[in-house]
Amino acid sequence: MDTSENILQQASPDLVRGSDTARAAKAARWSPSFISWLQAGPMMLVFLAFFLIPLVFVVIVSFWDYNEYQLLPAFSGRGYTDTFEGCIAQLPDLCTIGRTYVMTLKLCFMVWAITLFIGFWVAYFLAFHVKSKTWQMGLSLLCTIPFWTSNVIRMIAWIPLLGRNGLVNSGLIKTGLINHPIEWLLFSEFSVVLALVHLFTFFMVVPIFNSMIRIDKSLIEAAYDAGATGFQTLVNVIIPLAKPGIVIGSIFVITIVMGDFITIGVMGGQQIAAAGKIIETRVNALQFPAAAANAVILLIITFLIITMMSRIVDIKKEL
Amino acid sequence: MSKTTGTKGVSRRTLLKGTAGLAGLAAGSGAITGFPYVKSADAKVLRYLGTAVNEGDDISRQCLKDTGIKIEYITATTDDVTKRVMTQPNSFDVLDTEYFSLKKIVPSGNILALDARKIKEFDNITPVFTKGETPGGKKIGGQGTAPWKVLYLEGKDSKKFATSATEFVTLIPTVYNADTLGIRPDLIKRPISTWAELLNPEFKGKASILNIPSIGIMDAAMVVEATGKYKYADKGNMTKEEIDLTMKVMTEAKKAGQFRAFWKDFNESVNLMASGETVIQSMWSPAVTKVRSMGIPCTFQPLKEGYRSWASGFCVSKGVSGAKLEWAYEFVNWFLSGYAGAYLNRQGYYSAVLSTAKAHMEPYEWAYWMEGKPAEKDIKAPDGSLLEKAGAVRDGGSYEDRMGGVACWNAVMDENDYMVRKWNEFIAA
Repeated sequence: MDTSENILQQASPDLVRGSDTARAAKAARWSPSFISWLQAGPMMLVFLAFFLIPLVFVVIVSFWDYNEYQLLPAFSGRGYTDTFEGCIAQLPDLCTIGRTYVMTLKLCFMVWAITLFIGFWVAYFLAFHVKSKTWQMGLSLLCTIPFWTSNVIRMIAWIPLLGRNGLVNSGLIKTGLINHPIEWLLFSEFSVVLALVHLFTFFMVVPIFNSMIRIDKSLIEAAYDAGATGFQTLVNVIIPLAKPGIVIGSIFVITIVMGDFITIGVMGGQQIAAAGKIIETRVNALQFPAAAANAVILLIITFLIITMMSRIVDIKKEL
Repeated sequence: MSKTTGTKGVSRRTLLKGTAGLAGLAAGSGAITGFPYVKSADAKVLRYLGTAVNEGDDISRQCLKDTGIKIEYITATTDDVTKRVMTQPNSFDVLDTEYFSLKKIVPSGNILALDARKIKEFDNITPVFTKGETPGGKKIGGQGTAPWKVLYLEGKDSKKFATSATEFVTLIPTVYNADTLGIRPDLIKRPISTWAELLNPEFKGKASILNIPSIGIMDAAMVVEATGKYKYADKGNMTKEEIDLTMKVMTEAKKAGQFRAFWKDFNESVNLMASGETVIQSMWSPAVTKVRSMGIPCTFQPLKEGYRSWASGFCVSKGVSGAKLEWAYEFVNWFLSGYAGAYLNRQGYYSAVLSTAKAHMEPYEWAYWMEGKPAEKDIKAPDGSLLEKAGAVRDGGSYEDRMGGVACWNAVMDENDYMVRKWNEFIAA
């Protein structure tokens, strides 16, 4: 027994060392970066198959020609030249595509600014004023209420509220504040922005809340101890630390609004131009290459906006 | 393992971040639409692609009872139906579509013309389709894509429309109607008799048209002619100059705030009218009936310049052959045999074979819907709900008066591409 134990003891360091090297060798074969790729693999494949490859097709088709009933797979810049038709000739007036993008960007900016303002304060309230986790969860779920009904129902529901004979107008007339119904409550830029804000503030709340909840409370205490006012704490501590959430929320809202044509169509009475609407009209007329060209233009512009935003805040670093 | 996960994730994360932005863009466009799941055939099943006009559970139920053919509806908007014929011709068997889309569909070669000799009631189809005149002999306006211009093909596999009758029929006619402006007489409070009223500044912010460019521009053309500004050779096939002129009129009206909203969907048009958001707009007959059945006065106003008409019918996908093709003929023959025709007539549309539909309707119903006589009894919808009380008269009167008053037909123009570009310009103005 003694000898065998001795032998075992003598041998064990080797054995242990041996298994160490084996494990090390295995780990070397499964290098960390390989494992990362493996983990990201399924999602990457999904993006590749259902997003990047179709996107490549969109770009290819955007350079094809077409007639009334089919795509003609021959190189043609017609989709693009038609889109920018009159852009130089009509100067200083804006051409169709110019006006459309001015309108789209205008709506986008308004929706972004308002959702950011509302979203920031909702997230602030949830993160710093609501103490219990249960309440935080419950209240953030409340923010999803607009998503409980279908898109169409949600938008049709605005007519009885904002319409000429709707609740708001009849209320205002009854109180004597106005004599005639306010027309711009519905089918206007106002109603488009209102509906978009109503829909997408949630996309701002979640990432900002997520950033705020991770702010170390001792930092705020330290700021307080150092004599900072509430406003100073907000500007110098909370906002900088919530920046990644702000940027991510902004990317969500901006990309969605840039591509939207359904909400803008229904709430704008189909009379407000939007980049997405041009694409829709083209697709409905079976002019796929022209639609694809417009999609590529929209993509480039949206990508530029996002690149600019990630220049301001390096999300990669902040996360 | 756990140590390594976070360290080298940068490349992965960059990739995800980049694509996530793009994915958000795609999601926001709302372009992700699902097609209904379609079961493959075992018994006598036909996949039926069409707009909601001709479809109804009552029709498919009765068809199953009479013929043993099970109809599976694939419902889409007019534009989407055409899109699907072009891009997925094997996803349906029977196609129910409008004549004006034939200019796109026929050259694509994705549909099969049906043989007129196999359609029992073909000779009884109303002369509206075959001769361009009413049964009473009134000549019908032929501007636009009138059905008789595109009814026949030169040969079985031809992509050319024949100028005279052949046995190869592009679409076997089923349903059609004469469209005009719907108005709210209680809010307008004076008679309306011309298309020019659509752009009358009196109705500023209370007018609407269809948000389908090719149809919207024809409504605008009716207005332009009514005001005497211009007379088109063919409102359904404008030259570039004519498109410019029409769009200019529309743009001026839009900038002045004439239009409250454009509508695309049946229910949208009903909502706009019922809520009083609009008081004058282009509309469909059953939509007017729907508003009225809500207890709100609404008139499908006949106008002196005439109606803008549309028509639709059946053909089959080019992939259909053998037994399935025989079922398709059986189904089309059943559709024209009366039950479906009566069902459509009771909604305010017109059926292609009048004699069989008449046999399936009560005499008082026929008198109200087709002869323009005051209703002897209450008029009920196919589902039994009350549409009109006894004594009511159909707007526009009889079939002869309404179809005889047609001025033009829904159309696809030769300059369609230019027109679509101008439409986008009009929206951006």
